[in-house]
Amino acid sequence: MGSPFFWRKVHSLSGLLPIGIFLCVHLFINSLALKGEIAFNQGVSLLHSVPYLWVLELLIIFIPLIFHALYGIWVVYLTRNNVLTYSYFRNWLFYLQRVTALITLVFVVWHVYVLRFANGIFGNEISFTFVSQALSHPLVTVLYVVGLLATFAHFANGLWSLLISWGITIGARAQRSAAYVCLGVFVILMIVGMNALRVFI
Amino acid sequence: MDKEITFIIKRCKDPNATSYWEEFKVPYFSKMNVVSALMEIQKNPVNARGEVTTPVAWDCNCLEEVCGACTMLINGKVRQSCSALIDKLEQPIRLAPLTKFPLVRDLVVDRQVMFANLSKVSAWIEIDGTHDMGPGPKIPQKVQELAYELSKCMTCGSCMEACPNVNSNSKFIGPAAIAQVDLINSHPTGALQKEKRLLALMGEGGIADCGNAQNCEKVCPKEIPLTRSIAKLNRATTLQGIFGWLGK
Repeated sequence: MGSPFFWRKVHSLSGLLPIGIFLCVHLFINSLALKGEIAFNQGVSLLHSVPYLWVLELLIIFIPLIFHALYGIWVVYLTRNNVLTYSYFRNWLFYLQRVTALITLVFVVWHVYVLRFANGIFGNEISFTFVSQALSHPLVTVLYVVGLLATFAHFANGLWSLLISWGITIGARAQRSAAYVCLGVFVILMIVGMNALRVFI
Repeated sequence: MDKEITFIIKRCKDPNATSYWEEFKVPYFSKMNVVSALMEIQKNPVNARGEVTTPVAWDCNCLEEVCGACTMLINGKVRQSCSALIDKLEQPIRLAPLTKFPLVRDLVVDRQVMFANLSKVSAWIEIDGTHDMGPGPKIPQKVQELAYELSKCMTCGSCMEACPNVNSNSKFIGPAAIAQVDLINSHPTGALQKEKRLLALMGEGGIADCGNAQNCEKVCPKEIPLTRSIAKLNRATTLQGIFGWLGK
């Protein structure tokens, strides 16, 4: 307990539980927007009426996210990338895992600041209109597309890596099959995410 | 035949000196490799500008890609110079020392850390006492076959050189030592100290520092299934971590 081994494993797991699961639930709830403005607003107010909301947010979202980000920065620091010398497919994904990590970090901080703390600090009600106004600027839309794609790629490739780090996929064939599954996860997240984003702009 | 081969070699007098590139022209002969070219330079240490210089220092031993001593960067990539045939290399041929190990001189590095890592994880089978304990246990054919692949490791350091997580910032033990734990733990007598090796891999700079870039397996000259060993020991160390803690 408390060893680097332990914290590495926690870092790996926290990307899936709870962060990855939260990401999926978040996209699913955003998709309420497909059902119309009223359905989305009702969904948001239902979420905001959940008991112990701030405890849940703290335990399921903020603490794991902050830990994953801070420990992740340390992991990025420990790496010296060499994709130009050893341009193998997996080495590129390893490098992109770190690039998307940093993009995702900036994106999530910005996203949480504008769309979560705006509610708590600035007293703005989160509603379809508010989100729509926040995302309608073309530059914001482009940055959202980049941020979302980076987040989905980081999660999908991280999932592939987690399966190895936890000793689930051992053989080369199992790892290759897992790569196709993770690609599928990426594509599904992309479709759901972009489809929801489209409604707001 | 008067054909000449051009070499651009990274030189460094000693670990504290500044390194520089020096060009050499070596007379070509058929079937020559990088080691034989370096021997030519040793015989006649004159650089491409015609100046007499110090002979280039390098390490080599077996000359058949089983010892790992002559590992260096050839045209930027890690490989053994004995099995690097001139006919198959793009020219000019650039030679440089490995970057993940302390430099000794020119192309010579100190790969001691490879052996220190093996000792860290007790990568050996402990023999018993002084008395006869009878014949050893039988090893299934399948286990033998996997063990043979792992036993081909010559601690050359190619996997360490290509691994993005092995560098001066990190303490990562690297793929070679992890595969050797897999080898020794797969042996029935070696398995008696299984837990000790797993705990060593769970220490600082241990197996969890692997980031699955999988370069190690791509560059391994002995085609050792390194990523399989890493994943296998990821499972073993994870179970050791969980059940070890629950058993306390």
